Amino acid sequence: MSETVGAEAVREDVPTTSDAVDAPLLEVDGLRKEFGGVTAVDGASFRVAPGSFTGLIGPNGAGKSTTFNCITGIHDPTGGTVRFDGTDVTGLPPYTLAQRGLVRTFQIARELSEMTVLENVMLAPPEQSGESALHSVLPGLRDDVQTAEREVVEDAWATLEFFEIDHLAHENAGSLSGGQRKLLEMARVLSTDPEMVLLDEPLAGVNPTLEEKLLDRIDTLRQDGLTFLLVEHDMDVIMSHCEHIIVMHQGQVLAEGDADTIQSDDRVLEAYLGGDV
Amino acid sequence: MSATENVREQLESLPDYGLVALFLAGIWLILTVLAFAVGGPQAPNLAAGFIGSVTVLLGAYAILTLALNLQWGYTGLFNIGVAGFMAVGAYTTAILTAPANPEAGAVAGFGLPLWVGIPGGMLMAAIVGGLAALPALRLRADYLAIVTVALSEIIRLFVNWNGVAELSLFGVEFGTGGATGISFESPSAVVAGVVNGVGSPLVSAANGLGVSGPNVVNIVYGLTLLAVVGGSYWVLSRLVNSPFGRVLKAIREDEQVTQSLGKDTRLFKIKAFMIGCALMGLAGVLFRGSAGYISPAQFRPTITFYVFAALIIGGSGSNTGSILGAATFSALLFYLPARLGEFFPSLRGQAPGNIIEAIAGLGSLDPGPLVAYTVSNVSTLRFVLIGVVLIYIIQNRPQGLLGHRNEPAASVGLSRPRAADGGGDDE
Amino acid sequence: MGLAESVSDKRRLPVERPSVGVIGVTLVYLVADLAVKLTGTTVFAFGFRVIGGSLSVGGLFSMVLDGLLVGLAVGLAGIGLSMTYSILDFANFAHGDTVTVGAFLGWVAAYIVAGVGTDATLASLFLFGTNLQLSVASTLGPVLLGLVVAGVGTVAVVLLIDRLTYRPMRESDNISLLIASIGVALALRYLIAFVFGTQTSGVASSGAQFRLLPGLAITDNEIALLVVGAALMVGVHLLLQRTKLGKAMRAMADNEDLARVTGIPTERVIRLTWILGGGLAGIGGYLLVLESETIAFNFGWILLLLIFAAVIVGGIGSIYGAMAGGVLIGLVDSLALIWLPSGLTRAAAFAALIVVLLLRPSGIFGGVSTA
Repeated sequence: MSETVGAEAVREDVPTTSDAVDAPLLEVDGLRKEFGGVTAVDGASFRVAPGSFTGLIGPNGAGKSTTFNCITGIHDPTGGTVRFDGTDVTGLPPYTLAQRGLVRTFQIARELSEMTVLENVMLAPPEQSGESALHSVLPGLRDDVQTAEREVVEDAWATLEFFEIDHLAHENAGSLSGGQRKLLEMARVLSTDPEMVLLDEPLAGVNPTLEEKLLDRIDTLRQDGLTFLLVEHDMDVIMSHCEHIIVMHQGQVLAEGDADTIQSDDRVLEAYLGGDV
Repeated sequence: MSATENVREQLESLPDYGLVALFLAGIWLILTVLAFAVGGPQAPNLAAGFIGSVTVLLGAYAILTLALNLQWGYTGLFNIGVAGFMAVGAYTTAILTAPANPEAGAVAGFGLPLWVGIPGGMLMAAIVGGLAALPALRLRADYLAIVTVALSEIIRLFVNWNGVAELSLFGVEFGTGGATGISFESPSAVVAGVVNGVGSPLVSAANGLGVSGPNVVNIVYGLTLLAVVGGSYWVLSRLVNSPFGRVLKAIREDEQVTQSLGKDTRLFKIKAFMIGCALMGLAGVLFRGSAGYISPAQFRPTITFYVFAALIIGGSGSNTGSILGAATFSALLFYLPARLGEFFPSLRGQAPGNIIEAIAGLGSLDPGPLVAYTVSNVSTLRFVLIGVVLIYIIQNRPQGLLGHRNEPAASVGLSRPRAADGGGDDE
Repeated sequence: MGLAESVSDKRRLPVERPSVGVIGVTLVYLVADLAVKLTGTTVFAFGFRVIGGSLSVGGLFSMVLDGLLVGLAVGLAGIGLSMTYSILDFANFAHGDTVTVGAFLGWVAAYIVAGVGTDATLASLFLFGTNLQLSVASTLGPVLLGLVVAGVGTVAVVLLIDRLTYRPMRESDNISLLIASIGVALALRYLIAFVFGTQTSGVASSGAQFRLLPGLAITDNEIALLVVGAALMVGVHLLLQRTKLGKAMRAMADNEDLARVTGIPTERVIRLTWILGGGLAGIGGYLLVLESETIAFNFGWILLLLIFAAVIVGGIGSIYGAMAGGVLIGLVDSLALIWLPSGLTRAAAFAALIVVLLLRPSGIFGGVSTA
């Protein structure tokens, strides 16, 4: 999952749409979600290729966050299927999906405000032996837990240093600024050692230097095999970094393709004029 | 204000066991002073009696508060059915240890020794907690509160029901004793056996000071409970200072986020709930059942609110806070006022029997009767005080005594690894 | 929301459908058992009583009447709890003691008025120390006066409590408010104990009895309860449906933010919630004492869980739900005696509460807007 890919790190051609047809990591088919009388997602279908950096855009109300929520188990879809890594995961609870490697950040950062920044990040790594009650308490087993924890602590500090929020490590997450919380969300979700990350407007409130750093980091992680699906309103980022873009409008997929294709698609322009960018 | 801040700083720099020891010593001191103020020649015995009783009370409430802290303070599970789980633990132990051939009119049991009966009681309390948790833990906090108190009452009504007072299944006789209760092997009698046996020199010395044998036993029983508190604290602090504890805290804050990070929150909640219930069962036996007799009337839901008061006072989320809160509540709000009320004989002699006569004195500008009436009814008023304290704390200092402390949940030190000394301290 | 919730419960329904099936089968068995009992026959198998027993028609109606009476009073009390839950958004654990306050205020007033002119001292009247037993037939005036005092007095008390305790906490989360209400409950209950003592006093007894059926009689006090309870419920209904105030309260119950935005003054609505809820709770307590003929400092606290059961079964936030839930729970509590031993009938009502919370937390009328 996160092994450094030696010589292939130099590779220019990251997976593209055509590869997606062969073995997509994420497949959404005919996804529907209704809330009472409102249909938020109305038959959305798309594929995400492994290792790709895909953008999901659309005017407000297009159904992007709802789609995220349906994929990641926060909502139960009214219809349609979601397949991850070849397996049907429709309607599975969030923790199962996360354990399989599919994680997401939240649009409004949901930091655990009464816990410190460091605690937040240390929560994320999977399969911590100390998460067993027995292992935490019994004398011999606790020693192993402590050994494993020291590594978790080191990794957490390294992650916080990368995201430049290490000076806040012992602060309660609730006292962070909006931008800092976004960074914490990212730091936390990346610490789960995922395969695919759904990013829900992660760059809002983040300064440009750090934004570049984050995007570089995303690229590095992609070379390690991670896949990213990004919802963003910053069109520059989407157009210049995502090799595949999905446009949603009124709950459906309006168009798909690379930046040029999308930018020259009249329907996309109309959708945005009808809504607001 | 700086004098208060100074004292506070000094207190907060003490290690936790120091803080608890200081509290205990303070409480013992206050009670001893009271005893010598009113006891006359009986003072040493009176002091011993006070100290023994308050230590037992404190120990029991500390165990209960620690248990509730795990469930509510750490995991966010609002359990006000504490009395019910105490009853399950106490009654299971009673049924297991009641004599197989009792005296006439008494309920029979399995006649097992206490060292089997008490773990059995704890296990049963954990199982009942687990069964209740399975469907109920997905409820939001206030609904869970209502379900747990309803369950607690159902348990009490069940053990009160004469239909299960005496049963005979496959030739084995046992039962709950119904409304009249059940006698079983007494934990304090076990302690008394040790004290009067191995500890008889101590008893003789105490007698020399004017302290009676039973009071010595009571003090030793209280200290035994404190040892149990210490053991519980040891287990619980290891439990919460670990990844397990981290997940519990995260669940309390935002269960959905915790799930999104890959944690099966239901499992964590059930474990935390069951462990808490086991401790409540233990407290049920050692506290309500200390004399080897329990009845349904001792398990009314009200005790849950006292434990909650203790937890809020101490600061939910802090184990040490739970012990301090239990000490504050049981000693200062519960025990001490009642003793004060008992030991003002001169005033009590004149105390009016009812409120009308008490107020009548105000007509002639004499507050005496009202004061006397108030003092003689302090044991009723202390609950008014508890209620007011609870409201005050929730409004003005909801974090209680120690809840403001940052106690990150980890099993190792959290300082930056590349610091000069090469790494954080281990705990 | 109904569709979304039933769909998102898809994972849980397979677990719940067996529960619903079990409940259905149980209800069928209970009704069949009742029918067989009325005929006086018993069916045995392998030494166990499988179905049947004996129950007279008069006995059955007597139980129904008891359940109805208690249920009406509990329902009245429950209206306040339900409204506090939805408009102020917290579970008010002091509500039972509010009921007690109303009962004490009302009965002291009734007693004093009834005892004026006799040679009983004020003190003994205040503490229900004389042997005076009030009833509608013999002491109508005092009883009615007590009713009014119960309502008005409780309103004053709950408004004071709100000013001191809950108003400073308007922005707090519902658990903090719940904990504060626990403090209020303790303080109220033991203030009453401080003033009146902890004994149980007999204050009423039936003045006249009317035989309705063989085995079924109704007393003057019980008739009064029925009349007053029903009249109040009709009154509340009219208030909610016909007055601007009532509409505002319904709007706020359904959506507080919406109410703020549309300019309905929320502090005013909150005050009216306390007035209506507190007044009805006090009257409910007064009537409960009239029915049970005794009064004690903690009787409301003991009833609290039953009142919660009524509110939750009926649907939190729904005033009609509280009324219906009250009657329903009263009937369950009373009729359980047909099938369960007397020591367990109260447990049946609590079990119903748990079942409703687990399977349909919105209750019977909940989730339905009261418009």
